[in-house]
Amino acid sequence: MSRMTTTPDQVMDQESSLAGITKILRENVRQYGMLVALIAIMIFFQIMTDGILMKPINLTNLILQNSYIVIMAIGMLLVIVAGHIDLSVGSVVAFVGAAAAVMMVNYEMNFLVTVIISLALGALIGGAQGYWVAYLKIPSFIVTLAGMLVFRGLTLALLQGQSIGPFPTAFQRISTGFIPDIFGNESINLTTMLLAAIVSAALVFMDIQSRRKQQQYRVETSPLPIFILKNVVLVGAIMYLSYLMASFKGLPNVLIVLFVLIVAYTFVATQTTLGRRIFAIGGNEKAAKLSGVKTERLTFYTFVNLGVLAALAGLVFAARLNVATPKAGEALELDVIAACFIGGASMSGGVGTVIGAVIGAFVMGVMNNGMSILGIGIEWQQVIKGLVLLAAVFFDVYNKNKG
Amino acid sequence: MSDIILEMRNITKTFPGVKALDDVNFQVRQGEIHALVGENGAGKSTLMKVLSGVYPHGSYTGEIFYQGQACRFKDISDSEQLGIVIIHQELALVPLLSIAENIFLGNEQQKFGIINWYEAITKTQAVLKKVGLNESPNTLITNIGVGKQQLVEIAKALTKEVQLLILDEPTASLNESDSDALLNLLLELKAQGISSILISHKLNEVSKVADSITILRDGATIETLDCQQDEITENRIIRGMVGRSLTNRYPPREVEIQDTIFEVKNWNVFHPLHEDRQVINNVNIHVKKGEVVGIAGLMGAGRTELAMSVFGHSYGKHISGQVYKHGQEINVSSIGKAIANGLAYVTEDRKSLGLILIDSVKSNITLANLNGIASRFRINQPQELAIAREYRDKLNIKCSSILQKTVNLSGGNQQKVVLSKWLFSSPEILILDEPTRGIDVGAKYEIYTIINQLAAEGKGVIIISSELPEILGVCDRIYVMNEGRIVGEMPKAEASQEKIMEAIMQKKEVLHDE
Repeated sequence: MSRMTTTPDQVMDQESSLAGITKILRENVRQYGMLVALIAIMIFFQIMTDGILMKPINLTNLILQNSYIVIMAIGMLLVIVAGHIDLSVGSVVAFVGAAAAVMMVNYEMNFLVTVIISLALGALIGGAQGYWVAYLKIPSFIVTLAGMLVFRGLTLALLQGQSIGPFPTAFQRISTGFIPDIFGNESINLTTMLLAAIVSAALVFMDIQSRRKQQQYRVETSPLPIFILKNVVLVGAIMYLSYLMASFKGLPNVLIVLFVLIVAYTFVATQTTLGRRIFAIGGNEKAAKLSGVKTERLTFYTFVNLGVLAALAGLVFAARLNVATPKAGEALELDVIAACFIGGASMSGGVGTVIGAVIGAFVMGVMNNGMSILGIGIEWQQVIKGLVLLAAVFFDVYNKNKG
Repeated sequence: MSDIILEMRNITKTFPGVKALDDVNFQVRQGEIHALVGENGAGKSTLMKVLSGVYPHGSYTGEIFYQGQACRFKDISDSEQLGIVIIHQELALVPLLSIAENIFLGNEQQKFGIINWYEAITKTQAVLKKVGLNESPNTLITNIGVGKQQLVEIAKALTKEVQLLILDEPTASLNESDSDALLNLLLELKAQGISSILISHKLNEVSKVADSITILRDGATIETLDCQQDEITENRIIRGMVGRSLTNRYPPREVEIQDTIFEVKNWNVFHPLHEDRQVINNVNIHVKKGEVVGIAGLMGAGRTELAMSVFGHSYGKHISGQVYKHGQEINVSSIGKAIANGLAYVTEDRKSLGLILIDSVKSNITLANLNGIASRFRINQPQELAIAREYRDKLNIKCSSILQKTVNLSGGNQQKVVLSKWLFSSPEILILDEPTRGIDVGAKYEIYTIINQLAAEGKGVIIISSELPEILGVCDRIYVMNEGRIVGEMPKAEASQEKIMEAIMQKKEVLHDE
């Protein structure tokens, strides 16, 4: 019993002792473990590929290649946190891409109108599947497995087995465009560097603010050296990566979209009543329901949300290839789901972070990219990716059991 | 006197913080039906788990002699080999397997791993005939009623060459004719020389079939009555069960009861799956401001179902009736509306219905009233921390930090977290379902103190409890519930354990006459 009665103040005292330091290390390993792993993987491939991995053009490609996976991983995370799964997103990517292609190419519709209709179509698809899951209590695995087949089939029907393209330039820019350089510098994109500096400053400012608040309310905070180290590394990484991209074509448009989505969904997941309730549903649906949480409605909306994000991913995907094909996005759902689990989400719901899912997506992305540069065959790439997924989840489970 | 088949000597079993069995002695004679009675928590089930090896040798002190041999069971299979078979209250049958498959589950009629179904079916038909169950061995368990399922359990025991059959509340969920059939079967088995231990709350059944009765109270043997020699009446048994002196285990309180704050009228509820089964039958109850009202009754009397159906229709189907607060009818058709109308329901099952175990103390406390710590959609995190700290201090929740996961807390502290959650939703009426189940005496006292404070603040409090002393110690007025109806109502001054038990039994007899 006496062990249970320690107050937070006592805990903070303990932190200065050796036991406290190992405890903090352990907790930080859990929190930053995947980020460290991502950096390690990047360094590994950077060395193995003789520096090709971090070349500005490759880095930019890496982001463009993985953008649609990241977009969907954000939505998938909320679905997984709510205790469900969505296997249909790969087919939805293809279907929405095809629908957009038909609208723009066959009917010559304006690209903005097309984007809006496509996103609405995504919401409709997500809602149609979410309804079965949330209100009719059909397991999401089955509903979305059906959805995977249905929307792949509809894609084939819509495209009549052919590819449709190319698209208007304005639409292609979603994926292939870069933000304009207002300074007109030849060698380096100064707008990019300016934006990077602003974002870095904002992140550091916000972190300092929240630390001050935590101290004010006697919440456990990490020691100052670790806090400073964390921010230095963060700012360094942002500035370095931005510098690399600035020396190529600058920031891709889609990276701005990603940034906005990551910030917005992290805010929703961690700071709002909505996010808290979704986590509560995944943690214990019955208890959440008896606490007045509208479990059905929220579950439904997580699927609607993922539908919209899958539609956005479909547009980005189609714009990048500049053609809609019946095979678009095949097996993409597996990459997206793997990203969430690598990023620390729990299969049984209630646990996960947006940023973790994003890191998970880039772990997969960097490995794809690096192994392709090394000329490793697709067969061994799959084997290695599978083992990495297993290792990452094992690491997470092992850590939790120990903690 | 006939031989002693079983003797348990000086059995003591402690759980962390609780002495569940204290020097219990228990003897069963060859070929008798021996009833084991006592209140919930008296230690009946624990004693039987010691006997059957669920609690292995070494986890308790004392000795067990079975057929003259000292026994040290490591697990259930050890005791089953000697012919001791226990049938638990929650039946251990697989619903989607057939009767024959269930009967030989784990004991398959097989050679080299290949099941001989002809033999299994033939043997099943034989034992089904013995227990008087007229069903095909291929019928799925899910398609037969609870009464027949009990008979399947007994048939299963017979295939294990049972010598001593232990039945834990076998008739709790059975109707009258099924109960009678079961009891007659026990008498038949007795004629064949099989001894039984019958745990039951239904004293009329006990006095009907038992040859001797052992009464447990607070983990100790009170007495063993011989039905052939002594004059046994139900009142005599009740006296043995409840005859404990009440010390001040309940904090004193100034009672100031005002107007009626909450009223449920003509409440009817049907079972969510078996829609023709009425679970709550025309119940009328009310609570006054500052009053603590208890609902007493046996397990399965419908108390939880009543509470949950009132709390946002969270149980049952085809619910009808009216709910009033301050004389105004209120809408409780969803949990959100019930909470908005000032209701709170603290569940009896804190682990699966009350808490999000993987979440922190803080997140659990604020879950039912997130809007109370948010401006628009954004949670005010510092305010949330402050609220959580406030309740931790107020209710004396012992945790390493308010960010500690609730799964790591003790039962009493978990219960306080659930209570905090509902206190923070600032309700006017609280329904507490078994608020002290499974928590130690000290934490119980603290919870009673909180209940008293709530009443003093002018809230209406309803307590559902299976512990009669608790109901008598805390409540101002007591309803007695049985089989979905209110069968008695008495103010504290007139209430006693005997009267409550009588109300339950009386109503039973009236029902039987109908």
